[in-house]
Amino acid sequence: MRRTALLALLSHWRHHPFQLLTLVLGLALATGLWSGVQAINAEARASYDRAASALGSDRPVLQAATGTIPESVYIAMRRAGWKVTPVVDGWIEAGEGSVRLLGIDALTAPPDFAPAGSLEGGAAADPLGFLMPPGRMIAAPDTARRLTAKELPPVIVSDAAAPGIVLADIGIAQQLLRLEGQVSRLVLAEESTATLGNPEDFLEGLTLNAPQGSAGLQRLTDSFHLNLTAFGFLSFAVGLLIVHGAIGLAFEQRRPMFRTLRALGLPARTLTGLVAAELASLAVAAGLLGIVLGYVVAAALIPDVAATLRGLYGVPVEGELSLRPAWWGAGMGIALLGTLVAGMGTIWKIARLPVLAPARPRAWARADARLAWAQGAGAALLALVALGARAFGEGLVGGFALLAALLLSAALALPLALAALFGLTARLARGARAEWFWADTRQQLPSLSLALMALLLALATNIGVSTMVYSFRLTFDGWLDQRLVSDLYVTAADAAEAERLRAWLALRPETLLPIWRVDGEILGRPAEVYGVADNPVYPANWPMLEALPDAWDRVRRGEGALVNEQLARREGLNPGDRLTLPGGAVMEIAGIYSDYGNPSGQVAIGLPRLVALYPGVERLRFGILTDTPRELARALTEELGIAEGQISDQASIKAFSREVFERTFAVTDALNVLTLAVAGFAILTSLLTLGAMRLPQLAPVWALGLPRRQLARLELLRTLALAGFTFLLALPLGLALAWVLLTVINVEAFGWRLPMYLFPAEWLRLALFALIAAALAGLWPAFRLTRLAPATLLRIFSNER
Amino acid sequence: MSGPRPTPLLSVSGLTKRLPGADRPVTVLDNINLRIDAGETVALTGESGSGKSTLLHVIAGLEPADDGHIRLDGQDLAALDDTGRAALRRDRIGIVFQQFNLIPSLTVAQNVVFQARLAGRNKASWTAALIDRLGLAEHAAKYPEDLSGGQQQRVAIGRALAPRPALLLADEPTGNLDEATGDAVLDLMLELVSETGAALLMVTHSQRLAGRLSRILHLSHGRIAG
Repeated sequence: MRRTALLALLSHWRHHPFQLLTLVLGLALATGLWSGVQAINAEARASYDRAASALGSDRPVLQAATGTIPESVYIAMRRAGWKVTPVVDGWIEAGEGSVRLLGIDALTAPPDFAPAGSLEGGAAADPLGFLMPPGRMIAAPDTARRLTAKELPPVIVSDAAAPGIVLADIGIAQQLLRLEGQVSRLVLAEESTATLGNPEDFLEGLTLNAPQGSAGLQRLTDSFHLNLTAFGFLSFAVGLLIVHGAIGLAFEQRRPMFRTLRALGLPARTLTGLVAAELASLAVAAGLLGIVLGYVVAAALIPDVAATLRGLYGVPVEGELSLRPAWWGAGMGIALLGTLVAGMGTIWKIARLPVLAPARPRAWARADARLAWAQGAGAALLALVALGARAFGEGLVGGFALLAALLLSAALALPLALAALFGLTARLARGARAEWFWADTRQQLPSLSLALMALLLALATNIGVSTMVYSFRLTFDGWLDQRLVSDLYVTAADAAEAERLRAWLALRPETLLPIWRVDGEILGRPAEVYGVADNPVYPANWPMLEALPDAWDRVRRGEGALVNEQLARREGLNPGDRLTLPGGAVMEIAGIYSDYGNPSGQVAIGLPRLVALYPGVERLRFGILTDTPRELARALTEELGIAEGQISDQASIKAFSREVFERTFAVTDALNVLTLAVAGFAILTSLLTLGAMRLPQLAPVWALGLPRRQLARLELLRTLALAGFTFLLALPLGLALAWVLLTVINVEAFGWRLPMYLFPAEWLRLALFALIAAALAGLWPAFRLTRLAPATLLRIFSNER
Repeated sequence: MSGPRPTPLLSVSGLTKRLPGADRPVTVLDNINLRIDAGETVALTGESGSGKSTLLHVIAGLEPADDGHIRLDGQDLAALDDTGRAALRRDRIGIVFQQFNLIPSLTVAQNVVFQARLAGRNKASWTAALIDRLGLAEHAAKYPEDLSGGQQQRVAIGRALAPRPALLLADEPTGNLDEATGDAVLDLMLELVSETGAALLMVTHSQRLAGRLSRILHLSHGRIAG
């Protein structure tokens, strides 16, 4: 009995292959975009864990305020019985950027110390080669490809290595980083901390930091991943709208069959079970397709994601994707869950279907007053939730709750708003054709509402995100122009070269501006402290958001500090507050400056004060004010022997920063386009599905004297009108979204608030896109209408329906 | 001695229509010849499948003929393209379908005036009177789905007569109605046809209803009998 009934149920799909395709593709797209985003997130998190292990941040670490610890301290600690291993940490040139070089001592590293562990994959076969000059470097495949400089030791490629980090013996690393006799930090075995007293006593300014694990990196990038997840969820929701529509239509078309099967003796429970099993099988097939699609999406996007995380957060992530069983499982799970969500209503209806329920082929598309009320109430409730989230919500979750409630509320309200709008246009219309056009458009709304909701969400997201990105770009460009005050930047190879540079420039008209900094902790988080030279170029150009009246004088006198916006917002700091710097010095905050793109807190103090507080500060980097940067760069190379790689001009730094910016938002752009494509697909499938069901409404109009060609034109015009009006409603929603992104999400995620700029030309481009997509979606059904045989239309007038 | 016959409103000569069959085309209408003068009411009867509805559809220009000529007011339908045939239907022909085929998105009043307005011949006083005569005044603002079958058929008749067509084609207009309602609908239709001077060609299975029209044509196996 079950087999016979199942075959009867499945025969529907044989007769409606397009509907089957819609269902499977909709679910596959939803699953694909969702699982693609999840794959990217999983890959990034795995990278964070590897990076945390590689940096030794999963153990207690000793660091000095000056940035480096003399090797003699390490030796003294070992002699005192401390189980401690030294690490040298720095950056070396690699390809177009730089990579992090970690020097470790393989002999003293504990066996479970991750960098030593990763040696097994690379250096175990040749331990002497690793230790003895010229040594060996161990790097992940993606990182190894960037190590092309001739002076570097041979590279061993290891899959176990952390992305973006190169491992070498400490002696080799000290040479490459010019840190002979110094180490960056000392990593402690946890058990030794409890028995031998306080390790901070070995050197003044030495601080013991508790293990951080990958939590620091994860916290830093949480916003980015939440952003990706939100996009994935949005695409998933848009895909589910397609699936819901397809399942609902299949149900209504099969209602007579359900009725017959019940009348012939199939119990309701069996029928429900069979339909559920049928949906589950389709979900498995679509899920598999979706996972493959997700892999393709993730593989295509992950290089840009890696670039984003490197550029915006300074976090290393491998630009390659590996297959993880958990991800396959999650993808399949979400496909089944999505099908359950989309088909639950249908299964419920089948379970409660009376045996003699009449066939109502268009009932699924007809909105009754109760449904309209429920939709309106839902929209109002969600609008209240959005208001509540704005008033009382906290953190990123509060921000995203506001976004979700706002978008869903608008989506639910869309059919009601369009119905009201088309009611008005119908009343204002003059002529029978126009009256019919608007009245009929209004009647089509319930059956197109899911696709239109999908379009609204996609368009609003596009407007919101592009407004945010363009505002960011405009602000960032202006900020770069202000902030990069020097015309040329030079990093000396060592202190001697730095001194030669100083002496040489002292005889020339150019001005030398030291750019020196130390890294440390401020209010428990990593931060940078910069020294600012006493030069009018800074007060003239530095982009201040808030400041005491004599801020620069205070900085010059060594009394005041400037803090960046992200530090001020995170810690609730204001001008006039007092701030404890690494090492314990307390200074008054004289001003707050904008510092876009920097993930860390930053403080700027007068240069003499920086040198006084941190005598060990590295003094190698300088900015130079000059009217002839090219000539000066050439002179620096030819006369002082400074390598070209140590000199960069303002224009190339700007170009590089902008490139980082563009790559950062390439992922957002790609997801934007994908979401729009899914929405376009939703409209196409809805229109094609409706094409056949529209005939009973079109045939009488044709019979009464409207030619098929004109009907087709009107059908196309209707699609354009629906897309156009949806765009008009998406515009304020998108701007509201942009406002939330700029004033709530960005502030929570990055710590800075951006001004909002409007880009009408961009809206016009998007409106054209929406209209073109709608025209493409409507063109085929309209073309089919012009080619429709009169016999097909005449069937409407006979009893063959 | 009577004068020459006036030019017929509708003349059909040598009309043949074939439809695709399982093996070869099936001839549904075979060399049909007929003429209908202005103001004449003609019943078209015949068993199921005899081609009555097809003949009506071909005369309305809804389907092309394979052979022969159809002239309405001297205008040969074969010479018209899809747009021309649509214009002819709009301007000269009213059609009443058995399934009513009202436009669900328009109100009763909008449905009645729809074709007249399409043709640019809507006369408010006439359509108002028509709505009143059809007993639809109190339902004018309702939508078709809110009406009974008889009421919907009256809306369909009103829509067909509103532009004052020269020829009214009705395909079993009372086929979905009970006898009493059917009689009432036919009475009203004949009355209005007589007032407007339109000719009526009505397909019906009922000999009783056919007998109330001025002439009966019987279609059998695609040919007019007798």
